[in-house]
Amino acid sequence: MAKKQAPPRANLLQGTLDMLVLRTLLYGPAHGHQIGKHIQRTTNDFLQMQHGSLYPALHRLEERGWVASKWETAPDRNREFKYYRLTEMGRKQLVVEESQWQQMAEAVARVMWPAAEES
Amino acid sequence: MRWWQGWKGTAKRDADLARELQSDLELEEEEQREHGLSAREAHFAARRAFGNMTLIREQTREAWSWGWLEHLASDLKYGTRTLLRSPEFAIVSVLVMTLGIGATTSLFTMVRAVLLRPLPFRDPGKLVMLYEHYRHNNGGDGFNAVAPGDYRDWRSQTHGFEDMAAMRGYGGIISGVHSELPEVAQSAGGSANLFPLLGVAPAFGRIFTEAEDHPKGEPVVLLTWSLFQRRFAGDPSIIGKQIHLDTIPTTVIGVLPSWFTYPDARIQFWLPYAQTFSESDYRIHDGHQSEVVARLKPEVSAEAATQEVSAVQYGIHLANASKPVAEDVWARPMIDDLVKGVRTQMLVLLCAVTCMLLIACLNVSNLLVARAAARRREVAIRGSLGGSRLALIREQMTESLLICVAGGVLGLLLSLSSTRWLAANWRNLPRADSVHIDGWVFAFATGLVLTTGLLAGLVPAVASTGKGLLTALQESSRSASAGASRARLRKTMLTLEIALTVMLLVSAGLLFKSFMRLRMADLGCRIDHVMTMKFGLPEIQYDTPDKVMRFHESLLERVRRLPGVSGAALVSNAPGTGPQGDRVFTILERPTPTYSLQYDAMTLTADPQYFNVMQIPLLRGRVFTEHERLGNAHYIVVSKQFVDQFFPGEDPIGKHVRSGWDTNVENYEIIGEVGDTVYDVTKPVAATMYFPILSGIPNRTSEATIVAWSSGDPLAMSIPIQRQISALEPELPVYNALTMDQILGKTTATQGFAANLVLAFAALSLLLAAVGLYGVLSYLVTQRVSEIGIRIALGAQREQILRLILFDGLRPALLGLILGLTASAGATQLIRSMLYGTAPYDPAVIAAVILTLLSIASIACAFPAWRASRLDPMQALRTE
Repeated sequence: MAKKQAPPRANLLQGTLDMLVLRTLLYGPAHGHQIGKHIQRTTNDFLQMQHGSLYPALHRLEERGWVASKWETAPDRNREFKYYRLTEMGRKQLVVEESQWQQMAEAVARVMWPAAEES
Repeated sequence: MRWWQGWKGTAKRDADLARELQSDLELEEEEQREHGLSAREAHFAARRAFGNMTLIREQTREAWSWGWLEHLASDLKYGTRTLLRSPEFAIVSVLVMTLGIGATTSLFTMVRAVLLRPLPFRDPGKLVMLYEHYRHNNGGDGFNAVAPGDYRDWRSQTHGFEDMAAMRGYGGIISGVHSELPEVAQSAGGSANLFPLLGVAPAFGRIFTEAEDHPKGEPVVLLTWSLFQRRFAGDPSIIGKQIHLDTIPTTVIGVLPSWFTYPDARIQFWLPYAQTFSESDYRIHDGHQSEVVARLKPEVSAEAATQEVSAVQYGIHLANASKPVAEDVWARPMIDDLVKGVRTQMLVLLCAVTCMLLIACLNVSNLLVARAAARRREVAIRGSLGGSRLALIREQMTESLLICVAGGVLGLLLSLSSTRWLAANWRNLPRADSVHIDGWVFAFATGLVLTTGLLAGLVPAVASTGKGLLTALQESSRSASAGASRARLRKTMLTLEIALTVMLLVSAGLLFKSFMRLRMADLGCRIDHVMTMKFGLPEIQYDTPDKVMRFHESLLERVRRLPGVSGAALVSNAPGTGPQGDRVFTILERPTPTYSLQYDAMTLTADPQYFNVMQIPLLRGRVFTEHERLGNAHYIVVSKQFVDQFFPGEDPIGKHVRSGWDTNVENYEIIGEVGDTVYDVTKPVAATMYFPILSGIPNRTSEATIVAWSSGDPLAMSIPIQRQISALEPELPVYNALTMDQILGKTTATQGFAANLVLAFAALSLLLAAVGLYGVLSYLVTQRVSEIGIRIALGAQREQILRLILFDGLRPALLGLILGLTASAGATQLIRSMLYGTAPYDPAVIAAVILTLLSIASIACAFPAWRASRLDPMQALRTE
């Protein structure tokens, strides 16, 4: 396989994908394609969505009861898509993951830029 | 049922997932078209963006909870299918693992039950056994039996232990009050506090009271469960009734619970400890026969408590300076005390089966490598098509796990029966009744299966998938020098296997040679055609020397008259029947030694003809005459060892020994010296004094063994001799009716048992190693077919090919042999204590092992080598 020469992009940290998916669903139900596109667009293509991780993640979240799915017809296209919707449990989980991420980010920041923290 | 629903759900979800991916893919395609791409370009762009659809589906499926199960199912399916494709391989491997796992589990069960499981008593970790220890004269292990006087002083004068109790082995004749069939039984004396100390409550009735635990106490008896069931049909109404013990009417006061078989299962009843002594003997400090159990106080250490008892003992020692009284007290945990005789044997056997299991593992591993080699192309192709290495390894591991699980299940079944057989046939095994398979054993077997499965499967799996795929594909296309590394791996495993086998063979050879030595050991007397039979005259009826002597004399007369009997004699104990009592003595003609130099020799009693009948050679002086009897019996005959030890370079005849053999210390004249006899073939000879049995002193000569030498089958004499005894005394039972051959067999049985088992394991291992050797070599020959073909085509001689292949196979065998011989130097240290008359580096054994291994290896190598040399070059070159 040839190496791709591409704009800067990063692989997602383990575990953060779940949080991003849950956060995206906070705007309302969406299907897999929309979720992927949304994350990619919002980060200006910095986070590249791998389908090989997105679908397993969606199914994993559903397995845990944090999202629920339903086949519905899309308003703009006359076709059915599998829409994912945040459940009550998912909402709680999002709060938990968000606070964990925040702590993590702060901790990393404290190590990386100690002076900035003290001033 | 849930499983099936989950399964069905999976199929539905799979379809759902496919639809989801399809719809999202189509959307992507539409979007690409809206960006202005052509339909065809959009189609491919969308596919590129999505990547490998099948992979996404597989990865998503793993997120479902049934993912792992699905994997397992497919792995199992593959594993079973590949195994069934070559059933011979599967059957051989499963059998090999069955043997290995079964034997190891059996031995583990035994070791756990006997060595590891706590004793079934209250708080058993706090129980210790106390022994006397002499600073001088350190024969044996330094743990010596305790005198009743010492025990009583310890108990009354020390406070380090919560309590201590005494017990001793005893014997007795049980008969009913209405003269039912008499029976000789083993019994034990236990102090009144013994059962509370151990935490044992009677199943029926009560235990001894302190008042009964007195030499003149009311005669009472506690029955063990087995006697209660066997002789009294488990009827509790026996409690409170009387039975006759040694013709003394004794009240049955209770029955011990069925699990209580301590100290061994042969004990039939328990008497109060003090009642097994006369009033004067109960006080003595120089007669040692008892065992003392003590329970530690929670806050006192065993060392501190023993120290205190030791101090008391030193006081007793000082107060009895002229008698053999030990200075110190030693303690050891009760469980160690109980298993001391079998620990080494068990550990040796466990090591032997573990070795065998390891060999079995290596063998299966080796066979798997061979199969993996045959499937390399398949594995390489699957790898290049995207099969993950983990999946491939997992699949191969499943195969070895399947073999091991099947072997484990069969092995567990095998060990169920083999454990029972072992427990039943292991002579004098303590706690044999507690041997059974439980959860722990099951867990152990499961662990064993997993470990062996991983061990056997991991090496071949990693080795066969690790190599560069391209190389594998290239190699298999033209295999002139194919699989060199794999062959090296197999040869390494083979070398290990052979080294282990050699270790086992050496150990087995040494043990077996020891056993043979024991079997051929010289007892120092006639062994063939001799019948022996023991009896003990009850002291109530036979209370004077005259009565005892008269019985002995009339019995001898009757037996000697029996047709077929060429000679008969009486002795207290026949040779080879174990250690007999010792007695201390001084020599009249020498200054009285201090206690630590006091002499001590084994005592036997014999009649005038004993030495002649048993062919014990007279070396000096004379033996007893018919006139040396009753009051005129102050003469002794001594053994050669006795003279060597106490009269080195002197003539002992006419010298006098002072000993308290009868009630008082008296002089006995030495009238003769005879050859040594052995009391236990595994032990060195002991200095022995023979006292005349015709003295008839009740306590000393009423127990006797009649030995009869016949021209015909000695066993046929058994019934006629018993008839003569019952003609004289109808209620007198005889016991230990054994030929001398049987006595010899009995004492060597334990050694024989261990030696035979290790030998069996070694033979099996040798067979496994031979199969391994053959397998590897056959594989090598198949690998090198074209090379050999070319060699022959270019003019190589058949003999050269034969030599080439033979040498290839014999090299790992030789390497393994050297490695194994080196390693056995360590292994033989473990079995050193089990050897008899055999050095750990016995050249004959080592030579035999080398010869056996080399010949077996040559046979295993010869066939593939011969086949290689017969190759038709044209055919060989065409096979590819």
